[in-house]
Amino acid sequence: MHATKHYSATSRLLHWAMALLLISMLFLGLSMVQSLAVWQVEAVALHKSFGIVALILVIIRLINTWRSVSPSLPNELSQLQRIAASATHTGLYISMLLMPLSGWLMQNADGRVVNVFGLFSLPNLIAVDIRYFAFFREVHALAAWVFLLLIFMHISAALYHGLIKSDGVFSSMFKGR
Amino acid sequence: MTKTTRSNKPTIGVFRVCALAVSMGVFATATLYFAGAFNDDQVTAQAFVDLQQGSKVHAGFRRAHAKGICVSGNFESTGLLSAYSTANVFKLGNTPFIGRFSIAGNNPTAPDLKAPVRSLAFVVNTATDDEWRVAMNTPPVMAVATPDAFYKQLQALAPNPETGKRDAKKISAFFKAHPESKAFNEWKASYTPANSFATERYNSINAFYLHDAQGKRQAVRWQAVPRMSDQEVAGLDQQSPDALQQQLISQLEKQPVRFDLMFTLADSNDDENNPTIPWPSSRQVINAGSLVIADWRFQNEGACGAQNFDPLVLPKGMSATADPILRARGAAYAQSFRRRATETLLNQHITDKEGAGDARN
Repeated sequence: MHATKHYSATSRLLHWAMALLLISMLFLGLSMVQSLAVWQVEAVALHKSFGIVALILVIIRLINTWRSVSPSLPNELSQLQRIAASATHTGLYISMLLMPLSGWLMQNADGRVVNVFGLFSLPNLIAVDIRYFAFFREVHALAAWVFLLLIFMHISAALYHGLIKSDGVFSSMFKGR
Repeated sequence: MTKTTRSNKPTIGVFRVCALAVSMGVFATATLYFAGAFNDDQVTAQAFVDLQQGSKVHAGFRRAHAKGICVSGNFESTGLLSAYSTANVFKLGNTPFIGRFSIAGNNPTAPDLKAPVRSLAFVVNTATDDEWRVAMNTPPVMAVATPDAFYKQLQALAPNPETGKRDAKKISAFFKAHPESKAFNEWKASYTPANSFATERYNSINAFYLHDAQGKRQAVRWQAVPRMSDQEVAGLDQQSPDALQQQLISQLEKQPVRFDLMFTLADSNDDENNPTIPWPSSRQVINAGSLVIADWRFQNEGACGAQNFDPLVLPKGMSATADPILRARGAAYAQSFRRRATETLLNQHITDKEGAGDARN
């Protein structure tokens, strides 16, 4: 099979849309848990709604990744770089799933229903329990920081390939051909 | 990329390395910015709860109103408010609730009769779209209108950590600088604590909106008005640190305790976003129904102990006004709840001596 050099248009659209959404969500999350400003109430409601959007997108993305062929990394990359890339990508996918799921569950554990843009409500998955709340609340916070660290590493590596190495790794996600 | 090849190559190399470094610097700085690393003027939920919990943390307890007692019963709706709100709780009929009487302060073993403020909180329809959480206090208004001023008020009122005494000069300076506290201070001067949790009046303080089926909204405040008077309740044991709890328990063993939930409708002259100004008594008042309290539990045994009474959890048919104090309550309650929840998960309160006994959790 002829090796592909670029991600498909679907993959690229999902990647960049989620990049924008997830970084916005992480920054909003960090600030809204501290803010006493009047916008905080709407911010929390939007954070929950967009969190569900992110959950749906990551599921679509995982199916898309599984069904499509990804460009392979350049041959000159060392084994260590390959392991690092693969570990970061796995970590990013785990974070993408863990963030919305822990958010949903921490709401349920505090007896709250997750409503999406005022359109519909999600079912409550677990019993109301302060201990469950504590667990999922701390997972949500810890996963957010790990996620930010992984994103930092991911962007660093992408820019390293794009700006320094110019080996096609960056352009495989940046453009179609 | 050495200088011996084409002359422009090294410059591009340096430029590209710089572009990478700047990009990553921007990302890291943005992360720190949103995490609050450069914030030194805005009061945060964390700073607020730090101030409330004081220097001695009572692990596993709420940071404010740490001492309380669980109650439960039925909200018997009159149906009269359903003309203004589509919320199911206001339709004619009964809705079970769990609630909590508490006193202000961060100490779960504080003497009941020393607290300046008493509270009644309740929740109905938990874990549904119709959930309504209510946290009411004895003052009818706030002293100040913004979270920032409220923070400064708590700072002024906080006792000196060394002497344990309040600084009267600091307090009077604060109130002088905040003339909006006039109504609050008038209430405070006229207020005599009731002889029972069951005979106090508890206020929503902040205003909320009711939404009817046509989408019209009406600003309201409400007050829980006791059916019983001080003359009808048993005397308080002035020596007991748990005087109010014991008195309530003996009352509930005789008969249920009732409160009417009286809603005041704002008119166009009232500012629903300012919690420091009382609304005139001439405003229309509607009796939404009665809270009928039939049972009690110690807070370490009852469901109210683990409950976060965040007043921004509102049913369909109700919403929050733009009142800055009201809107600050969600983040502050969440911070207090997160701290005690994690302490509870890690069982830190077991090792806390005050964790034992009836005031736990």
